[in-house]
Amino acid sequence: MAEIIESDSGHKKGKRRAKKHSTHIDMTPMVDLACLLLTFFILTTAFNEPKIMEIVMPSKEKVKDPPKVDDSRVINVIMAENDQIFYYNGLADPTKGSLPILIKTNYSKDGIRKILLERNKDLFEKVYFYNDSLSRGLGKYKANQPKDSIKSQVKRFRSGDKKGPIVLIKAADGVTYGNFVDIMDEMAITNIARYTVSDLNFVEKKMLSDALAGKNVEVQ
Amino acid sequence: MTPMVDLFLLLLTFFILTATFRPDEAAQVDTPTTSSEIIAPKLNVFTIYVSKDNKAFFNIDNGPDSTSHVRSKLLKNMGDYFRVPFTPEEVKKFEGLASFGMPVKDVRLWINAESGQREQLQTGIPMDSLDNQLAMWIHFARLNNPEAEVTIKGDAESDYKVVKKVMDMVQDKKIDRFNLTSTLEKVEVKPQNTK
Repeated sequence: MAEIIESDSGHKKGKRRAKKHSTHIDMTPMVDLACLLLTFFILTTAFNEPKIMEIVMPSKEKVKDPPKVDDSRVINVIMAENDQIFYYNGLADPTKGSLPILIKTNYSKDGIRKILLERNKDLFEKVYFYNDSLSRGLGKYKANQPKDSIKSQVKRFRSGDKKGPIVLIKAADGVTYGNFVDIMDEMAITNIARYTVSDLNFVEKKMLSDALAGKNVEVQ
Repeated sequence: MTPMVDLFLLLLTFFILTATFRPDEAAQVDTPTTSSEIIAPKLNVFTIYVSKDNKAFFNIDNGPDSTSHVRSKLLKNMGDYFRVPFTPEEVKKFEGLASFGMPVKDVRLWINAESGQREQLQTGIPMDSLDNQLAMWIHFARLNNPEAEVTIKGDAESDYKVVKKVMDMVQDKKIDRFNLTSTLEKVEVKPQNTK
């Protein structure tokens, strides 16, 4: 395909010289092909790799003596259809006076995150300033720690947490998987040490249906 | 023109070398976004897909090295269990394929189908209590590669109940730690009352 252009300079002065061949070849087809392939690979390359969120669910095996939970630390988060969230503090026990009022909120950063951050302020700040001082190499934490010890330090912060909330996540009908991942992500963002996914109980189902009908509900 | 061509060829080489071959997925799944930055493992993992229309699909890699043949062993086990014999050729072909979702009796059709017709056969793995084939896929996958991690790749719009059912199935096989595939969306949160 490549055509070689001959130079005919040899004829000019009548002297016989060895025929000179120009080294220029027509590169257009090659460039065309290269461009085509380049475009193809640029368009098909996916740069962002899929990420994962690790979750650990509580084991299904029955625990003999479940540890007592301090009622005042409990936050119940109830996810409902159409991206709604309701929450209430403590436990709903109809035998002990009136039922708590559900408070309506949403998945935005001023919604459930704000509430969780407020409640989990101590632990969140501890972890935040620890990471912050590590990244700047300041304070009592040296920046050249092995990665494992950073992880285990954060773990120690979490297990030593005695005041932070215990979040019970409950899903009603019509909740999408995206909602579930969102709420799990909020747990990770706000550094909640203790949370679990459980089912709505009988009382909560009633509270939720009331709230969806606009009774006994507050807006955050 | 030569410098331009040089540059093109350089870029071309770069993109060819960085390109990774991605096999066809059984279903289009739009994963939810989270703040997690952990990159998904590529080996020693089995993935359960839940699509937008709440169907389940399954994928597993061939194990830590090329002699493991996890997929072959898995298919043989499933064939024995559900009394659907597979020929050695089919088993071998299955090893090179990717994610799938259909009743075990239709797996042969899928293996032997032309690549253009495979998509129609992806009808989802049965997972109701009468015929829970997904649980058996998980069971035998775990037997054949006990070190495999479990990843659930659900569509953001799929029903949480279906995904919960899948998670329960995984937990029934004594796996309490698993991964949820997501897309990164950076979130920065600072303490509220600080200077």
